[in-house]
Amino acid sequence: MKNILLILRREYLVRIKKKSFWVMTLMMPLLVSGFYALLFWGVFNSREVQRVSIIDESGSFTQKFKDSEKVKFEYLNLPLDSALGRLNQKRTDIVAMIPKDIVVEPSGLKIYTGKGVGFEIQGKIERIIQNEIRNVKLSKAGIDQKVLEDADVDVSSKVVVVSKEGEQKEQNTLASTVLGFITVILMFSTVIGFGMQVMRGVIEEKTNRIIEVIISSVKPFQLMMGKILGVGLVGLTQFTLWITLTFVLTTVSSSMLPSQQIAKAAQEQMSEMPQKDKDKIAKKVEQTPSDASKVMAFIQSAKNLNIPLIIGCFLFYFLFGYLFYASVYGAIGSAVDNETDTQQFMFPIMLPLLAGYLIGLMTAGQTDNKLLFWASIIPFTSPITMMSRLPFGVEPWELILSMSLLVISTFGMVWIAAKIYRVGILMYGKKPTFKEIGKWLFYKG
Amino acid sequence: MNNILEVHNVVKRYSQHIALNDVSINIPKGVIFGLLGPNGAGKTSLIRIINQITGPDEGYVLFDGQKLSQKHIKEIGYLPEERGLYKKMKVGEQLLYLAQLKGLSEKQALEKLKEWFTKFDIKTWWTKNVEDLSKGMQQKIQFVATVLHEPQLIILDEPFSGFDPINADLIKNEILELKEKGSTIIFSTHRMESVEELCDHIALIDKSEKVLDGPKSEIKERFKTNTYNIKYSGELSTTSADFDIINTEQIEDNYSSSTIKLNTGTPVNQLIRQIIDQVELRSFGENIPTMNDIFKMVVNESID
Repeated sequence: MKNILLILRREYLVRIKKKSFWVMTLMMPLLVSGFYALLFWGVFNSREVQRVSIIDESGSFTQKFKDSEKVKFEYLNLPLDSALGRLNQKRTDIVAMIPKDIVVEPSGLKIYTGKGVGFEIQGKIERIIQNEIRNVKLSKAGIDQKVLEDADVDVSSKVVVVSKEGEQKEQNTLASTVLGFITVILMFSTVIGFGMQVMRGVIEEKTNRIIEVIISSVKPFQLMMGKILGVGLVGLTQFTLWITLTFVLTTVSSSMLPSQQIAKAAQEQMSEMPQKDKDKIAKKVEQTPSDASKVMAFIQSAKNLNIPLIIGCFLFYFLFGYLFYASVYGAIGSAVDNETDTQQFMFPIMLPLLAGYLIGLMTAGQTDNKLLFWASIIPFTSPITMMSRLPFGVEPWELILSMSLLVISTFGMVWIAAKIYRVGILMYGKKPTFKEIGKWLFYKG
Repeated sequence: MNNILEVHNVVKRYSQHIALNDVSINIPKGVIFGLLGPNGAGKTSLIRIINQITGPDEGYVLFDGQKLSQKHIKEIGYLPEERGLYKKMKVGEQLLYLAQLKGLSEKQALEKLKEWFTKFDIKTWWTKNVEDLSKGMQQKIQFVATVLHEPQLIILDEPFSGFDPINADLIKNEILELKEKGSTIIFSTHRMESVEELCDHIALIDKSEKVLDGPKSEIKERFKTNTYNIKYSGELSTTSADFDIINTEQIEDNYSSSTIKLNTGTPVNQLIRQIIDQVELRSFGENIPTMNDIFKMVVNESID
């Protein structure tokens, strides 16, 4: 035991001292919170006012473009060339050119700009024109707008989860799906990533030839376990730092946006909508949420998820899923002389990992999917696949079954790997076949 | 108990071949024991069994009279033929780590390391990465790692390979000093001149079997051919049944050189007397076989 700890400590410290470890550890939370912040700022942040010049050759859009806080429209009766000249002189930011035959040829709209145009403004201009053309066409066809608005029923639903106790809880499946995706991808990539680190470590010791010195001091099993546990601890350290840093950074970045500002931004967005939509909203009150309120709903429902349970399960499944696969990676590392020789052995490990990954992503949210269920129970795929089920709620017995099977088979896998490892580390030269490795299992001391 | 290590009837089989076939070797305390043999003879297999890296299929090993077990690991220091250290680890950290794996506490290890670093005058290497050291320097570090925990038995597999003559001498003196202090050294090598120089005992393994062992002087005695080399001026001829002239050749000026075989039972002085009656003797010497000769003789014999 003392030897395992000594080895564990070395493996841990060597990796923690690497620059790449800290780069990875800091990058992830920055990316996540950066994305989170972007989500907010992208939706709510008011940029400087954009000046849009409209050249309306068709003449059907007079007075249709209304100024808002972010956009100021002006109508120009100039030829395109001189309008573009104004663009160069920075007297306007965007020039929208509506051709004569826009009603017949709706794709003829051209938007000129000096530095690029945001989706928002492009969308806004397109929407106004689109609405107007539709109105024109409708009235030509003799259809009353009112009739059409009545027929345009917007169906939206809310998922309500009813627990056994009869408690009802609204669930936003989007937040669950997103969280499931993130955890599946994270689990898949970290199990492989840290497993590969174990494999490289074993190969390094073997090619360095230090292995013979070390196993004249400690048992091969101790060396293997020390390495696997050391690298695993690096993984857990990284997760802990990721979770803490992400939490801190997102709290900081969202606190920089007071909620009134969010509400105001949401309102502003509504005010920018064409009259027709506004009426609709007035009619349906809040059933057609704006982008901003959608984001708010998403964040709210994310808060309803059992985050501590998911984090706890994630750490558990990472630990055992990692141990399970790292021992396989370790055994492979012991059997070969260099990394190129590992190719033939990679496929069999990648297969179950990939299966778990794909099932987890593709059947996410299908709570009664049999494939998803079994994949989350069977140890080869369960660490990854269970992650995609967790945010949607998993029965306790299923979780316990899946976890116990994983723990038992992890011990089995470590035992098998140790047998291969013990023989493999002393084998040099020939690249072993599966058959030979099979034989190693039965070698005596 | 006079033997630090006793190997009793050890057999080691691999799937395709037998690496050791009923090998028994006794290694007395306090000697430098040469473990010789051509490549692939089974030396490494034996060393691995002594180090408990692998176990024997049959037979057993006694360490200081006790069955070899895990507790003896700290009494053995092993320098494998294929050297290796963690390349990206600092020299000091690495030695501390290896010493702790051998059961030393960090404090003990640190104290002993300080002594060695002073002795070899390598204090500045402590914070260097191993990969920044030359091969010879790495070898020195590895030697320190092998003997740092002051083991009773030190196994050195080709210890001089990769050393320049000056450092080879340094290591040689260290080996002799360790012997003085009471350690036993198993010395596996192909270089017969170092066997000649250092070993007290030898064992020769060939084709998985022990073919020869004993004190070096005894073995040499056994392989003695009773031949003498003389240089002289004049004419030498066989005058009695006491000796035969095997060959004669003319060397510079008027001198000749002959190899003479003394027939059993004849004292050397009698031979000299008979020779100086005939010629003017310039030099006289017994042909003692070198370890190199013995090695070739034994190994070639088993090929035929």
